Amino acid sequence: MLWQQIISGVAVGCIYALVALGFVLIYKATEVVNFAQGEFMMIGAFVAYTLIALLKLPFLPALAFTLVFMFFFGIFLDRVMFRPLVGEEAFALVMVTLGLSFTLRSVAGMIWTYDTFDFPFVFSEKPLALGSLVISTIHLTIIVSSVILVFLLYLFFKFTDIGIAMQATSQNQLAAYLMGIGVKKVFLLTWAISSVIAAVAGILIAPISFLHANMGFIGLKAFPAAVLGGFGSIPGAIVGGLIIGLSENLAGAYLTTGFKNVFAYIILIIVLMIRPEGIFGIQEKKRV
Amino acid sequence: MTMKFLMRRNYFQDIQLFKFRSTLLWYMALVVGLVIAPFFIGTYFTYIFTLIAIYAIVSLGLNILTGYTGQISLGHAAFFAIGAYTSAYLTATVGLSFWLALPAAGLAAAVVGLVVGIPSLRLSGLYLAIATMGLAFIIEEVILQWKDVTNGINGMALLRPHLGPITFDTDQKYYYLSLAFLILFILVAKNLMRTPTGRAFIAVRDSEIAAQAVGINLARYKVWAFVISAFYAGVAGSLFGHFMTFIGPDNFTLLESIGFLAMIIVGGIASVHGSIYGAVFMTFLPEIIRLAKDYLPPILQEKVGLQAAAYGIILMLFVIFEPMGLYGRWLKLKFYFETFPVYKKETFRKERKFYRSERSR
Repeated sequence: MLWQQIISGVAVGCIYALVALGFVLIYKATEVVNFAQGEFMMIGAFVAYTLIALLKLPFLPALAFTLVFMFFFGIFLDRVMFRPLVGEEAFALVMVTLGLSFTLRSVAGMIWTYDTFDFPFVFSEKPLALGSLVISTIHLTIIVSSVILVFLLYLFFKFTDIGIAMQATSQNQLAAYLMGIGVKKVFLLTWAISSVIAAVAGILIAPISFLHANMGFIGLKAFPAAVLGGFGSIPGAIVGGLIIGLSENLAGAYLTTGFKNVFAYIILIIVLMIRPEGIFGIQEKKRV
Repeated sequence: MTMKFLMRRNYFQDIQLFKFRSTLLWYMALVVGLVIAPFFIGTYFTYIFTLIAIYAIVSLGLNILTGYTGQISLGHAAFFAIGAYTSAYLTATVGLSFWLALPAAGLAAAVVGLVVGIPSLRLSGLYLAIATMGLAFIIEEVILQWKDVTNGINGMALLRPHLGPITFDTDQKYYYLSLAFLILFILVAKNLMRTPTGRAFIAVRDSEIAAQAVGINLARYKVWAFVISAFYAGVAGSLFGHFMTFIGPDNFTLLESIGFLAMIIVGGIASVHGSIYGAVFMTFLPEIIRLAKDYLPPILQEKVGLQAAAYGIILMLFVIFEPMGLYGRWLKLKFYFETFPVYKKETFRKERKFYRSERSR
């Protein structure tokens, strides 16, 4: 029972970690705090659903198409909405992403209605039995895919030229620009990659949560995850996501009702009280 | 139109509430107009005007926090809810009078603001945004689960208050009550902004480092702004509860918090006028949407979520195209005529920062 809870907690935690990852990437590169990250997840899941369930495409082409779509979705948003706002105050940017999240949610509601859909799961739903432990294949898929995705991203940022350029930009925009890095291109790519990560998270979580225009609310729990891990730290986002998912699931199993929904936020406020810089965070220093 | 010149004779002139005597007269005329308004506009608009007055108090408070001090709260509906429920509990269950419950509602919201504000305001402004969002979700859940006090999903009933022989039972009487509170809170806000505390708020917003360098305790003033803002929301919540005479968890969702933020963005950041304009605009918005529905293509008419979409789109459009809000637009218009024909667009050019301000990593 406990192990069951732990595994499903880790699976949900992986989703939080992916959403938090996408949001930290954007924050590090462009200083935009993207409150619409959960909505990106929702859009990705809905696009995949439309392709698979309504247009009867096989899973892999549908997945590929969804990811390409989300890639260009991210590029479109950056080009149309966020590039004109580069250098704007943090406050204005937060308001724009909030507005965007509400708009996307309503638009999705208008297109796909506010009903709850069953997202088709590709693999057999027969759970795996390991001795006394029974693991659902959905949870296993989530965990394995997240690990693979994070590993791919690690390789991308570590070894490709553009990945290194993105790292440089997130450390110091101006210096990167002076070194000949196309900062605009980096921004575009950051939004695109984050949207793709969010879409993957959406497709992974949709079979176990639900597919609904309001599923972006799951994405808001990426914020406690990011704060817990240390705002702006990529390993922090992943560890934070896992801890939040795990503890939330355990709270749901062993505490009275109601705790599960808000446990992430309770952790958030406790973290702010005792260790505001998070697990991997470094105390912020300001430069005049 | 002739331009008025201000002869400065002493420093106190700069912080006077009304720069010209004519301004004071105009405001008094406005108050008189608002007092006699209910006799002309009918009961429905009296109801709307009362709501506007209540929401304007929240948006004033939020503007003190966001507009003047530069901190973002995504959970003001939580303070609004705390105010409403405190007032409901104190009047209905404990049996206290409204006149004690109202300040208590404000204080309760302020105390919760203190608890959340102290840890999150030690860090950059984004932490407050996230922490208040978390608080809003927690409060929503507390309202649902703490059934002994809040009656859970069934909501609570409240009574209209009375003062001596006067009972504020009709909407018109309640409108006067709300208007009186609004004027009181406008004066408090206006006066706050000319005290050293108010100027410290503005200094914190403009540059935290410069503010610190002149000896302003950043954390203390940020927490102060947050607590004052929560107090405003709490009092408004109490007024709202007694006006609606029924409150439930549905009244205090995330959408409501975003609505409050939209008020100050649409109206105008860091201005008292803007707070009011925003409250007027956002309260009329559902009515406008209802009217506009007839003109929309039929495919959109049936859809729910039109209001949320409108909030979202309005937020984005205003931040991108008119960050100073309706009041900013009005100022530009006034300036255009005052300086005609030498108006320069550049006067109101946005200042942008292309260097890292928040962190050095």
